[in-house]
Amino acid sequence: MRVVLGEDLYLLREGLARLLTAHGLEVVAAVGDGPALLDAMIEHKPDVAVVDVRMPPTFTDEGLRAALDARSRIPGLPVLVLSQYVEQLYARELLADGAGGIGYLLKDRVFDAAQFVDAVRRVAAGGTAMDPEVIAKLLAHGSAREPLGTLTPRELEVLGLMAEGRSNAAIAATLVVTERAVAKHTSNIFAKLDLPPSDDDNRRVLAVLAYLNR
Amino acid sequence: MSEYAVGPRRRTTLMARLVIAPLRGWALIGFGIWNAVLWSLVLTSVSLISSMGIGLLLLPVTLAMLRGTANAARRLAKAWGGVEIEEPYRPQAPELAEATGFVGRLRRLLAQVSDPQTWRDFAWAILDSVVGVTIASFAASMVIYGVYGFVLGILWPTLTSAGMNDWYTFVHVSKSGALTNLGWATFPIGAAFIVGGAYAGPALIRLHARWTAVLLGPTPKAREAALNRRVARLTETRADAVDTQAAELRRIERDLHDGAQARLVAMGMNLGAAEALIDRHPEAAKALMAEAREASAKALTELRELVRGIHPPVLADRGLGDAVRALALDSPLRADVTVDLPERLEPAVESAAYFAVSELLTNVAKHAHATEVRIDLWHRDGRLRVTCTDDGRGGASTQSAGSGLAGIERRIGTFDGVMAVRSPAGGPTEVTLEIPCASSSAKTSTS
Repeated sequence: MRVVLGEDLYLLREGLARLLTAHGLEVVAAVGDGPALLDAMIEHKPDVAVVDVRMPPTFTDEGLRAALDARSRIPGLPVLVLSQYVEQLYARELLADGAGGIGYLLKDRVFDAAQFVDAVRRVAAGGTAMDPEVIAKLLAHGSAREPLGTLTPRELEVLGLMAEGRSNAAIAATLVVTERAVAKHTSNIFAKLDLPPSDDDNRRVLAVLAYLNR
Repeated sequence: MSEYAVGPRRRTTLMARLVIAPLRGWALIGFGIWNAVLWSLVLTSVSLISSMGIGLLLLPVTLAMLRGTANAARRLAKAWGGVEIEEPYRPQAPELAEATGFVGRLRRLLAQVSDPQTWRDFAWAILDSVVGVTIASFAASMVIYGVYGFVLGILWPTLTSAGMNDWYTFVHVSKSGALTNLGWATFPIGAAFIVGGAYAGPALIRLHARWTAVLLGPTPKAREAALNRRVARLTETRADAVDTQAAELRRIERDLHDGAQARLVAMGMNLGAAEALIDRHPEAAKALMAEAREASAKALTELRELVRGIHPPVLADRGLGDAVRALALDSPLRADVTVDLPERLEPAVESAAYFAVSELLTNVAKHAHATEVRIDLWHRDGRLRVTCTDDGRGGASTQSAGSGLAGIERRIGTFDGVMAVRSPAGGPTEVTLEIPCASSSAKTSTS
């Protein structure tokens, strides 16, 4: 699996590259600023790009903009965004095109290498990997807003885990229920959010988007 | 005589000279006539105080009309004559603005009556109906009178037989003496009036604006009082700013000391112990290292919260608009945000406005019993305006303890910002903030 890496801090960049290589991924380019990142993504068309939000030259949301820009040119290009902080606003922007293949994680998640690499692979496969902190914030506020108001607490929980990128099997394991029960919840969620029937992966992305857009 | 600032003189086109200046002249004549009505109304309401007391009800109304008219004249002087006139009124005490009932109204009236500028306004209304109208009449009529000269010169037989005046200045058009028809004599005179009017028109409008400034501008004494008030205000807000700053630094120091610093100490200890144990008790060392990792994650979380409190990342990345949108997303209420801002504002103002909105949203969520809140941000005439409207139960005020509104007012006061709260019992509540600030496209650079 070919990876483009965008991170301006040398130590972190090298560390990430080493970590990914150690887990059998191939880092085809590791760059340290926004424009170089955009070029690398377009040139290499990687299976996934791992991107820091704040980079030179402006030290604002350079990486995020590069990722959005690259996805507008190469639709569905899988991008995993890493950041010191997570914002719902940015999560929404990343998911807005509904094409999936989006991850948005706190940098701390790298500490757990196995889980992190798992997230990278999930994103590369077109799934989502939202940071639990994004989800926690959403859940903390209840769900008074439409259309999520119609979901039961259990369904909201399932939707949250879906947003983190868990499969039905993983969700079943977390909630200690059968996989069939989870499948029932997910189809209820799709129905309540009025998502057209299409392949399951895509509907999962749209459901997460609806979740963030509440 | 009061001073006034004359704005940059605009290039005056022929169109402006021939048409716009006379039209403004006519408008100013109308203004003067209205002033005649106005001062009579004020006088009437004053005289009615002694006779029936009805004047007490009428006077606030007529004085409000007088002030509105004076302010309109100040704006016109700036727009048409390029003369900037400050509003020299004494500021109304905040407790007066909120006082209700008969006594409250009476106190407001007394405050207005005891402001000398009110009586300067009154004197202006009387004199403007003569002086202002006279100046305006010249601006209004010279060009038209010139054109009339040509019309009369050509059409005098028809016009005079219809009973119109047959004199044009000193020319008697129908009694032409030696020459049977002296109508053409009006041509050069008319032309002179048109040329003269074209030259004098804009100047007369400016003269009118200067005349307005004489009585409606601040007296040296009022100017001094305003400066004194300004100094007092600056002293007060500076003290607030210094206090806030010091409190913030103390909070940051405490947070670091009790949070990240303590966690780093624990991490160091754990790692040291793990180092000592790793050969003999690798399992115990592993557990200690896992603990150290956990502590590092917690330290990161705490630092993240701290940074959010100092300068939120979205604000640094995207500016006020998106930062407030992010706030709305984090609010437990349904929050709509509309933004009409230039790319970036002054960083200090952005930050102050951001924390003000954050505080407002927290307030609404805590006290208002609201389900929806609307935030509007816009920037116009060098001022940032923020309104926050909720559908809650109302009754908020800067006076009520623990509402946080007083704190917001104090903090934006450092930037000469002002806050207005409209919150009748039963709601809705609307809080408006206004902070003077220029826009800047500079981005904050932090790494």
